[in-house]
Amino acid sequence: MAHVVTAAETLEDQLTQEHGFDDHFHEHHHGDKFQSNFLTTYIFSTDHKIIGRQFLITGIFWAFIGAAMSIVFRLQLGFPEADMAWLKPILGKWIQVDPNGIGKLDPEFYYSLVTMHGTILVFFVLTAGLSGTFSNILIPLQIGARDMASPLLNAFSYWFFFLAGVVLFLSLFLSTGPFSGGWTAYPPLSALPQASDGSGTGMTMWIVAMALFIVSALLGGINYITTVLNLRTKGMNLWRMPLTIWAFFVTAVLGVLSFPVLLSGALLLMFDRSMGTSFFLSEIVVGGEVLERIGGSPILFQHLFWFLGHPEVYIIILPSMGLVSEVLSVNARKPIFGYTAMVYSILAIGFLSFIVWAHHMFMAGVNPFISNFFVIFTLIIAVPSAVKVFNWIGTIYGSNFRFNSASLFAVGFVSMFISGGLTGIFLGNSAIDIQMHDTYFVVAHFHIVMGIAAFFGMFAGVYHWFPKMFGRFMNETLGKIHFWGTLVGAYAIFWPMHYTGLAGVPRRYYDGGASFDAFRHFGDLNKFITVAAVFVFFLQILFIVNFFYSIFSGRKVTVKNPWGANTLEWTTPIKAGHGNWPGNIPAVQRWPYDYGKDGEEFIPQYVPLKEGEHDHGGGH
Amino acid sequence: MGSVAERYNQSKINPQKLALWVAIGGIVMMFAAFTSAYIVRRAAGNWLEFKLPAIFFVNTAVILASSIALHLSYTGFKAGREARYKGFLVVTFVLGFIFVILQYYGWVALNNIGATFTVNPSSSFIYVISGLHAAHVLGGIAALTVALTHAFVLPFKPTFRRKQRFELVVQYWHFVDILWVYLIIFFMLNGS
Repeated sequence: MAHVVTAAETLEDQLTQEHGFDDHFHEHHHGDKFQSNFLTTYIFSTDHKIIGRQFLITGIFWAFIGAAMSIVFRLQLGFPEADMAWLKPILGKWIQVDPNGIGKLDPEFYYSLVTMHGTILVFFVLTAGLSGTFSNILIPLQIGARDMASPLLNAFSYWFFFLAGVVLFLSLFLSTGPFSGGWTAYPPLSALPQASDGSGTGMTMWIVAMALFIVSALLGGINYITTVLNLRTKGMNLWRMPLTIWAFFVTAVLGVLSFPVLLSGALLLMFDRSMGTSFFLSEIVVGGEVLERIGGSPILFQHLFWFLGHPEVYIIILPSMGLVSEVLSVNARKPIFGYTAMVYSILAIGFLSFIVWAHHMFMAGVNPFISNFFVIFTLIIAVPSAVKVFNWIGTIYGSNFRFNSASLFAVGFVSMFISGGLTGIFLGNSAIDIQMHDTYFVVAHFHIVMGIAAFFGMFAGVYHWFPKMFGRFMNETLGKIHFWGTLVGAYAIFWPMHYTGLAGVPRRYYDGGASFDAFRHFGDLNKFITVAAVFVFFLQILFIVNFFYSIFSGRKVTVKNPWGANTLEWTTPIKAGHGNWPGNIPAVQRWPYDYGKDGEEFIPQYVPLKEGEHDHGGGH
Repeated sequence: MGSVAERYNQSKINPQKLALWVAIGGIVMMFAAFTSAYIVRRAAGNWLEFKLPAIFFVNTAVILASSIALHLSYTGFKAGREARYKGFLVVTFVLGFIFVILQYYGWVALNNIGATFTVNPSSSFIYVISGLHAAHVLGGIAALTVALTHAFVLPFKPTFRRKQRFELVVQYWHFVDILWVYLIIFFMLNGS
């Protein structure tokens, strides 16, 4: 590969030699014996950069499956009378063709699709695919470490995720269908195998997949925390860490503290399902048969579920926030506005996320006095969130902004986060939630704020770090079409849902409420939403094509630091081997946001402070 | 933090130990979830009251004794006293095993007084929580098996690396001990 050596890179090598940390890397590593062939290099690798790419590509696979499912149920919702016989080759018996040749989506399978869409997107794509990918790729590279604290456990983290995916994927082909009781798996639908078709083997496999996934998330999280606290390079104090690292770190803490709680809920659920206990079951009649289960409380499961479930939404959004902060600052060529406030707001959001879970349960019969407590803390989350939005806008304001695919998606993230965050203030009020609960207003809120926004952050990250991951650029024109189409399309999907939700149209109904007189006039709006969803779906295929085409045939990266960024990942060779830096690990001399300082466009972190120069990162 | 920036702040604590502490934090959260679920469920009424069999209290002494034995083994290791190191390691292992067996008899005793696994969540919780704790003790026994292999197969050399590995086992074993003490006190205070 033609590698143009620039003046800056010569300086960088010299400084790394002088100030860098010599851990005698070469004395121990005469080639990597663990990466001797294709299988050990690309499949069973322990290199964090490969594992990150494995997470990303697996995540893209699941995003495609999950999005395709949403297209099927959106077609059902928008065009409930239409003929779906053309889907029979894919969906088989789930399309029932009547004697006239008109195909209908099986109502039970509709619920399975909704359930699987939620499970896949929340856990497999926006947790594993997002924080798994970028924590892996960026943590060691940005803090200056050779690899994770335990590369082996890190590989296990991926393979447990992979296994969870295999189990869930197989459950799609069960004759009784995959689980259909909603991604939250509330009992009794989830606790009684006889409750519905999907509650049998489908639910068993769902629970096994979740258990494997939790193991994956814990192994990953333990590794990320240890690596950030323990393996930072010389000079990299906490206040010199890029905001990406702060975000991944707090995400990992949230995961390690909340996933075990979901595991305990899942265990109790398993005992209820197969051992005859009644933790969550009470006075139940199924199909005319009175069950012997007494004394359980279905609300208890909701508490255990949402104690994970709410931190989970921040597990999803925090990595995106970190990526967006970094991408915005690099492309605005300005320091991130209010770095310290950004760090404290990440910590505040992380802390608050643990004491707001019951706002998902206002309508579940929770004591209204307890609701008050949760309302107050829920609304307080708006404060650190607003601080972050203000700072992102402050970063862009007055800058000479570089518009590329990555930075556009970062700006799009801010837009989505504001739009979705504002409706959160409505839903956080328990009184307003009486009307809004389980309507399309909720669907619109969380899809914009943690679905689309998190995806935008992820896209910003993929476009920005693609050169680091694959040594090539993604196509910019396709990237910009992808951005503008998705921005407009996503608002076209979810904006109208606020109206239908305010009018009371309930979510999860097979015909989208068309059988109710009060909601029938929303039929055209529903059609519009479906058309927009199909449009956005095809744009994401454009992204996938761009992604895989660029891996093999994109424009090659010729300089180490194509974006002119300050962080350490851009000091590694274009195609970095296992161990990241061939010689010394660069030492960090300053915080990562010295853009436009002292007449210089950017000053990387390895450049020593000048005489009398004040370092933002060291001054705390 | 100005001065921190100047020195290389790597490895103040061994990464494996830190990782184990983080993992312990996760386990604590899981048991916190179980015990808070217990409290919430108990407050809802329809709760079968029974007396916890005495064998569980006896067993608390067993696991506490195992921790003391392991501590003596560890100090023996540091002092270079091979016999004490090996002897008390074996004692710890045996006591750990006895603990799991006695837990089983505890469940049998529970069953005999009518507090069966499915009769009421009050007893179901005891089985699930103590069973999951026993699973973690079994993990500790697996770790002790590795430590025993090190003690009896490798030549006795208290190197830094050996010490660190041993300390991981010690850290985890004391944790499952303290966890049980918490659980038994919890069951006492929230009289099942």
